[in-house]
Amino acid sequence: MPAVQETVERVRRIDVDQYRYGFETQIESDKAPKGLSEDTVRFISAKKNEPAWMLEWRLEAYRRWLTMTEPTWARVDYPKIDYQDIYYYAAPKPKKTLSSIDEIDPEILKTYEKLGIPLREVAILEGVEPPPGGPPSANRKIAVDAVFDSVSVATTFQKELKAAGVIFMPISEAIREHPELVQKYLGTVVPTSDNYFATLNSAVFSDGSFVYVPPGVRCPMELSTYFRINERNTGQFERTLIIADKGSYVSYLEGCTAPQRDENQLHAAVVELVTLDDAEIKYSTVQNWYPGNSEGKGGIYNFVTKRGDCRGKNSKISWTQVETGSAITWKYPSCILRGDNSSGEFYSIAISNGFQQVDSGTKMIHLGKNTSSRIISKGIAAGKSQNTYRGLVSAHRKATGARNYTACDSLLIGDKCGAHTVPYVEAKNSSATFEHEATTSKISEDVLFYCIQRGLSQEEAVGLVVNGFVKDVLQQLPMEFAVEAQKLISISLEGSVG
Amino acid sequence: MNVVAKTETGRALGDAFAVARDRLPGKGKIADQRRQAFEAYERSGLPHRRIEDWKYTDLRALMREVLPLAPAPDAAALGRAAAAVKLRAIDGVRRLVLVDGAFAPDLSDLGNLEKGLGIRPLREVLDAGDGALSARAFATDISNPMVALNGAMATDGVVIEIADGTVLAQPLHIVHVASGTAPASMFTRSLLRLGRDTNVTLVESYLAGEGAKAYQAHDGLIVAIGDNARLDHVRLVEDAIDAFNISSATISLGAHAHLNTFGLTSGGHVSRYQLTVTCAGEGSKVETNGVNLINGTQHADTTLFMDHAVPHCASREIFRAVVDDRAHSVFQGRIIVRPDAQKTDAKMMTRALLLSDDAEADNKPELEIFADDVTCGHGATTGALDESLLFYMRARGLPEKEAQALLIQAFVGEAIESIASDALREVAIATAQRWLEARA
Repeated sequence: MPAVQETVERVRRIDVDQYRYGFETQIESDKAPKGLSEDTVRFISAKKNEPAWMLEWRLEAYRRWLTMTEPTWARVDYPKIDYQDIYYYAAPKPKKTLSSIDEIDPEILKTYEKLGIPLREVAILEGVEPPPGGPPSANRKIAVDAVFDSVSVATTFQKELKAAGVIFMPISEAIREHPELVQKYLGTVVPTSDNYFATLNSAVFSDGSFVYVPPGVRCPMELSTYFRINERNTGQFERTLIIADKGSYVSYLEGCTAPQRDENQLHAAVVELVTLDDAEIKYSTVQNWYPGNSEGKGGIYNFVTKRGDCRGKNSKISWTQVETGSAITWKYPSCILRGDNSSGEFYSIAISNGFQQVDSGTKMIHLGKNTSSRIISKGIAAGKSQNTYRGLVSAHRKATGARNYTACDSLLIGDKCGAHTVPYVEAKNSSATFEHEATTSKISEDVLFYCIQRGLSQEEAVGLVVNGFVKDVLQQLPMEFAVEAQKLISISLEGSVG
Repeated sequence: MNVVAKTETGRALGDAFAVARDRLPGKGKIADQRRQAFEAYERSGLPHRRIEDWKYTDLRALMREVLPLAPAPDAAALGRAAAAVKLRAIDGVRRLVLVDGAFAPDLSDLGNLEKGLGIRPLREVLDAGDGALSARAFATDISNPMVALNGAMATDGVVIEIADGTVLAQPLHIVHVASGTAPASMFTRSLLRLGRDTNVTLVESYLAGEGAKAYQAHDGLIVAIGDNARLDHVRLVEDAIDAFNISSATISLGAHAHLNTFGLTSGGHVSRYQLTVTCAGEGSKVETNGVNLINGTQHADTTLFMDHAVPHCASREIFRAVVDDRAHSVFQGRIIVRPDAQKTDAKMMTRALLLSDDAEADNKPELEIFADDVTCGHGATTGALDESLLFYMRARGLPEKEAQALLIQAFVGEAIESIASDALREVAIATAQRWLEARA
């Protein structure tokens, strides 16, 4: 079909110049010597002024990592990674202690401007209040932790959050300031020995966010972390730990971008969430790492372990993700439904273009009684990309009354891409009720014809159909990100059916 | 990939192969292929849970070792086999019996072959040095260790050829009987080739003679369906309750060919059925249906690989598992739509019914799609019997087991109904009925 061929061409053309975040910031940085050894681990730990127990924890992970092999079961294909050819730590050189926005390195400020966030949002980002009488949206507060390569460059609204009892700070600071909390929870959801990349992360993680919401507190604002990889040849290994104590609630957003380079860069993060009795965490991600160029050169390897532990009864964790970036994505945000009546949700849109490879999904592990989970996954494959949903739903012997509903749909645009569904449904309890359904289709000619006949252009019609297709997921995103995500989706699919 | 230290049992099998090698039918090229297949098997050994395809059926834990070859059946063994065959006889079929891995001509119906039907024992074909047929018998994918082992060790089987245009009125029935009293392995491999415009019904049964126990049946079936041909296939696994059944079938379809296959597993301690169906000709159509009815500590695995290699083909899979006591049912279904297989229409539905809190059902229905103009879907459900339906029937005076039996019948009915032949459908229903009665 010529139209489809044209689509492929157009999508490919769009790919190259549509990545708006591919610029590089010229900034002097402080790096660890290249390569990985015990000394690298010690270097990072020393840079962060860590207590001895933390260094020991890292070294143990490092020694463990040496005995492990890289997993090969995912449907992704990439050349062998040389772990000695990576800088494990890179930080912009600090000029002096900052007391106001003007003192932050102007290059970094410019970076945030260029990332497409309007200046007003930059002001919010850097912790400057909008002028009184401004538009109401300007008054909406989001506390941001901005992570630039291996360090957090700014964390906003710390004071106001502190007043509410919420701790929101870079994890490197939390290790020093709240060691009792970090020690109690770090590595309890994703153990250091969990998997190859999580173990590597445990050894060399440099920064990330730490959140603790005390009992009964509803976090007064959205929390957010913006990850930026800037330096060449570096890996980013961030670690996020969020604890929602009894009866608390927090909504957390995460965004990520990286410059356009010919080399592949490794991003191996670990995210751990813990909810105690009656608590809820809503975790949203808009992942837009550099996906590589039209020949599949360059791009980020996004090998991430994200897991939430519904430790308390009636607790809830919900993951929402919009995945458009990365050359390779390997991530399965999961929920361990340990507490009775706890529930887990996973909403995902994964769009792949060019030569991108996505192997993503979730795991819902039902351990407690009357636990429930819901999975809505939408995969859109275009160009020469491969898009795999891989999900596990399991009910333990004691998980009486466990329920799951899974719907995963795939849409193919063009005939050079692939969309795959690999669900694992494991039931060891007779009262478990699991339902799974999946479909794969292309945009129906009838639907397009209907729209065009009513005066929509081809592009508008496709946009309408695709937005309808992903609506279930977008509705779960917090306002700010929903707008961003919708923009992303229109970029990825603009003119995709010719 | 997996470098495995050789276990004692692995070594024992290696020795067994070295000893048996000269007695296995087929010389020259076939002997080479057997050796290659055995080496391929030896490299991986018995598959275990770290191999993705064997995640739920860890033969190292479940089977531990491959038993040595069963000796050829003596008169007593043949007598016990004859009794077992008689007990499960199906009317109006042409019976072909394999006892302890050897074709048993005296128990088989070889008289009055219809025009266009050719039947020969595999051993005879290999001994006669029929190059083309032998090559087909060993043209299997030896990357699967159990297929490789079957190829290396196969002692006998039946080779059936249907000439173009033949419509067989009488179904063919291959009966596998284990009759030896000492635990041993049987390795059989059969070939079926349907010419153009043919129509054939094939039934396969796995039975045990009295006293046969803890045996291992390793079977292979290779089928080629010609253009415009139709094959109806019914497979019934009623092995002894402590036996192992590891079988693989490879079926390919020509243009506008039609396959309707149904499998029912109620016997065996551990069973694994690996079915690979390839739509190699445009316009072909496949219906694959299956039922597991298991209890006690039974483990039954159906692994299906549906390969849409060309455009305009359709496939439907319906699978039902009823799992009681501490039994474990596994269904792995993979539909692949190759890059140019546009207009493919594939649907797969798997449902598991758990009757006990210790039962386990694992479902892995996969879609692997490389073409954009297709309709593909799969569904999977797992659950218990509907309490409100049970209550409705019990309120009307039905005992609990009877009410359950009715619901189970309805549950598996959808898959059984797909059998085209009325007589064979009745045979499958009777088999299911026996399981339900044993349960009551």
